[in-house]
Amino acid sequence: MLQKKKKTILELWMKNQLADEGLREDLISNDELRSQSEELVDSLVGNLSLESSIDVDSDAWSPVVEILGGIAITRARQGFSPRETGNFIFSLKEALLEVLQQEFAGDLQTLFTESLKINRIMDALSVVTFETFIKGREEVILRQTDEIAEISTPVIRVWNGILALPIIGTLDSARTQIVMENLLQEIVETGSSIAILDISGVPAVDSLVAQHLIKTVSATRLMGAECIISGIRPEIAQTVVHLGIDLSNIITKASLASALAHAFKVMRLEVRKVGTVQK
Amino acid sequence: MRVPMTLSLSKDTVLVEKEQDVVFLKNRVKEVAVKIKMGLVNQTRLLTAASELVRNMMRYANGGKCHIEVVSSGRVNGVRLTFIDRGPGIPDIAAAMRDGFSTGKSLGLGLPGTKRLVNEFDIKSKVGEGTTVTILKWANG
Repeated sequence: MLQKKKKTILELWMKNQLADEGLREDLISNDELRSQSEELVDSLVGNLSLESSIDVDSDAWSPVVEILGGIAITRARQGFSPRETGNFIFSLKEALLEVLQQEFAGDLQTLFTESLKINRIMDALSVVTFETFIKGREEVILRQTDEIAEISTPVIRVWNGILALPIIGTLDSARTQIVMENLLQEIVETGSSIAILDISGVPAVDSLVAQHLIKTVSATRLMGAECIISGIRPEIAQTVVHLGIDLSNIITKASLASALAHAFKVMRLEVRKVGTVQK
Repeated sequence: MRVPMTLSLSKDTVLVEKEQDVVFLKNRVKEVAVKIKMGLVNQTRLLTAASELVRNMMRYANGGKCHIEVVSSGRVNGVRLTFIDRGPGIPDIAAAMRDGFSTGKSLGLGLPGTKRLVNEFDIKSKVGEGTTVTILKWANG
């Protein structure tokens, strides 16, 4: 029965969707929306008319779920809001119910049972849509997290043989791992003998951060390079002392400038104003 | 421990379940500390203490929750943080409060260090039920 009404369902659904104020013509063209909808209606009606089970977890439903999942994920990536995605699927339900109503206008009993069935199926499908939608969103967030971790740990070559690594934000285990890897790799590649870790951008140094710093310094030393920690602000210094963390066997400086000056001294380099003669 | 008369002015609860919640909690604590005009050094101390405790919570108890309260003793305001978890609990609190003691592979400074950073520190723990740590930092303390 529904097979024959496919055209009507699609038209009704499109009408519903186009009438919705939340229609996002900036994100998706009407033609595209139409082909998306058509694909879904095709597959859905095909399944409905098969009189198969109404359990959407079963294999018979997997093509429908797949199409729906695909749509939900693309919508999440394109930046549709949950409400817009929700209306997308709910307006289909309305279209289906409207067709049923026209069809079984005289037979209330059948209308009721069929509507109930459609309701159940569409609700289950809505849940699927949402799960995939959220999953799509979470993927976006995860990718961004990775990206932030990548870009936030640049190793800078400030001088021949001197590397600087400004750390901004909180140092957790995962980040320390990235920092350490990047730093050690760069030491090998550039043959640097001094690395400056600048923690000006770290809001608080707790025992775990300190432990990570100590580990990084030890690893750098094993590579034959010296590691200086710079950018220790007064309040950080006091906190570290109160916590009872021993950083005394690490060279620490208040600013990147003094760390650089120290590095020059170690490398027996001198910075002079042009024209002045060394005494 | 001496408990001065304090009046709770505002209360806020933050759930800590994921790694991302840690940063969120720290930002909330910082906001509150700034609001009561806590000095920069004390802010950092409070933040570091909170960071230690929330890390413990994530590591040993797989998360929990934290109440952030602004308290007042009449003349001066402060921030009270209560960390509640349903983790395995601490069998020997005295040992856990000793410098350098750790059941994980950390420096073992978290709990004793936190105590030195704040004005008031209270820990209650029952094995198998969970741990509650309360810290209080006065704005000028």
